[in-house]
Amino acid sequence: MFKNITIGQHYPVESKIHNLDPRLKLVITLLYIITLFLINKFPVYLVVVVFLVLVVKMSNVPVKMVILGLRPILIIIMVTFFINLFMTAGEVIWQLGPLDITREGLRQAGFMALRLMLLIMGTSMLTLTTSPILLTDGIESLLNPFKKIGLPAHELAMMMTIALRFIPTLMEETEKIMQAQKARGADFESGNLIKRAKSLVPLLVPLFVSSFRRADDLAMAMEARCYRGGENRTRMRKLAINKTDYGAMVITAVYIAAVVGLRIFW
Amino acid sequence: MSIKTEKLSFYYSQGTPFETKALDEVSIEIEKGDFVGIIGHTGSGKSTLIQHFNGLIMPEEGIVKIDERNIKDKDLKIKLIRQKVGLVFQYPEYQLFEETVYKDVSYGPMNLDLDSAEIDRRVRYALELVGFNVDDIKDKSPFDLSGGQKRRVAIAGVLAMKPDYLVLDEPTAGLDPAGRNEILSRIRQLHESGITIILVSHSMEDVARLVKYIYVMYKGKIHMEGDPHEIYKNSEELKRIGLGVPQVVDVMKALKEKGIDVDTNKLTVGEATEEILKVLRSRQDV
Ligand SMILES: Nc1ncnc2c1ncn2[C@@H]1O[C@H](COP(=O)(O)OP(=O)(O)OP(=O)(O)O)[C@@H](O)[C@H]1O
Ligand SMILES: [Mg+2]
Repeated sequence: MFKNITIGQHYPVESKIHNLDPRLKLVITLLYIITLFLINKFPVYLVVVVFLVLVVKMSNVPVKMVILGLRPILIIIMVTFFINLFMTAGEVIWQLGPLDITREGLRQAGFMALRLMLLIMGTSMLTLTTSPILLTDGIESLLNPFKKIGLPAHELAMMMTIALRFIPTLMEETEKIMQAQKARGADFESGNLIKRAKSLVPLLVPLFVSSFRRADDLAMAMEARCYRGGENRTRMRKLAINKTDYGAMVITAVYIAAVVGLRIFW
Repeated sequence: MSIKTEKLSFYYSQGTPFETKALDEVSIEIEKGDFVGIIGHTGSGKSTLIQHFNGLIMPEEGIVKIDERNIKDKDLKIKLIRQKVGLVFQYPEYQLFEETVYKDVSYGPMNLDLDSAEIDRRVRYALELVGFNVDDIKDKSPFDLSGGQKRRVAIAGVLAMKPDYLVLDEPTAGLDPAGRNEILSRIRQLHESGITIILVSHSMEDVARLVKYIYVMYKGKIHMEGDPHEIYKNSEELKRIGLGVPQVVDVMKALKEKGIDVDTNKLTVGEATEEILKVLRSRQDV
């Protein structure tokens, strides 16, 4: 059931992309998202695709993994596609009963679907190539300047680390409890909506109980090791920018220049 | 009538870098009425194997047959298999969810669509089998019970489905000696009442004391099989694959090495005591 979710999953192999500084990867991802929304002409997506393909190739992550990441949001993509397809006014090229498909609609629908897909694939490259711990380290470090205005950067990062750390545990636990209830004849797959919702009770109650127990244990363990927030904590890994990072900066700069240049001059 | 596997293999996360081979051509047959132990070091594939017995994991390579019928048969209702082969998971108390013990135990029979009179009969039968006074316990919240009691309630939850085969995964894990003895003697009684028992454990003491036949798993394979006496003769090999032998066996071996001529093939404290006494007496006679 959960085995096919790749969104937010780390794919641990060695590669140049994996070794980039997480702060840099975060910034690049952010810039990448912005460029996606700058694009207003179809052919410019080619630049994005080239950039993305380059990143995927260099990351040693199988293309299949990246594409599978689209599966959970397939429905959203479809809905976006069809709403745009039928709801855009313009020159009618095809009639499907009461629905009109316009040239502008077709263009808009393809445009939005492509944008969404590139968005998801690009951002999933960040999580696929960066371990959750490094990711939160990066976020904390990027948020640090905002501490001055009262943003609890360390606490936020710590909460994220813990949440990320427990996702696999919770999944495993869910799977286990599901198996146990199935052994008692539970059926999670058939029946109408109400029946299915009801069938979740034997799953959710034990899950909540064990989550609270875990939270308690964790709090106790942190307390026992004198955890007291971010003040004066040192860390084992220092984030540092190296040569590969400079290379990535150059490539990204070229990419952004291309997209922005095409937007302004074309 | 039996649970039978033929060349059963299984991989987790097949086709990803996390691929692990959890089962490797496992062929075993457990007859109705048997009392079987499955032992193995952690990660040897025990839990994976037993989840094949009731179709929680469908065989991908190899065959599983329950009472001569292939578990993959299209017209075989999976609920029937789940009823026939009761599976009690490790730490089963974590699956309790109802407000009262009675309701929780009735969850299984309810899923079998039985009428309420039959459900009531089964809940009482199951709670009694695990040694509860039904009227004392039935309205309590399962979350208020002690660890050992919770576990017995959870086992009752499976027994209420009246399985022919009962598979227990580490039923004594995390219990104190009293709780452990309680559970084990209940399991022995269950076997005496006619239920086939498959006991998964890495506690050699438990297994040695109870079961009639042992499968030893190592790296997803059946590494050894035989009755407990045969298995524990091979204590060097067991130690090599990360398993111990009952302390009694070690004591008897040590005695023998010190030149006391005892029969080392004794598995329980009772048997060993008698053997030692016998040898001591025969020495005094000389
Ligand atoms: N859900 C899962 N996903 C991926 N790998 C798994 C999963 N469950 C088990 N494994 C792997 O399969 C192998 C066999 O595991 P299994 O749980 O069957 O062992 P076990 O003998 O029951 O161990 P234990 O005594 O610790 O319960 C192990 O290497 C384990 O890491
Ligand atoms: Mg196990």
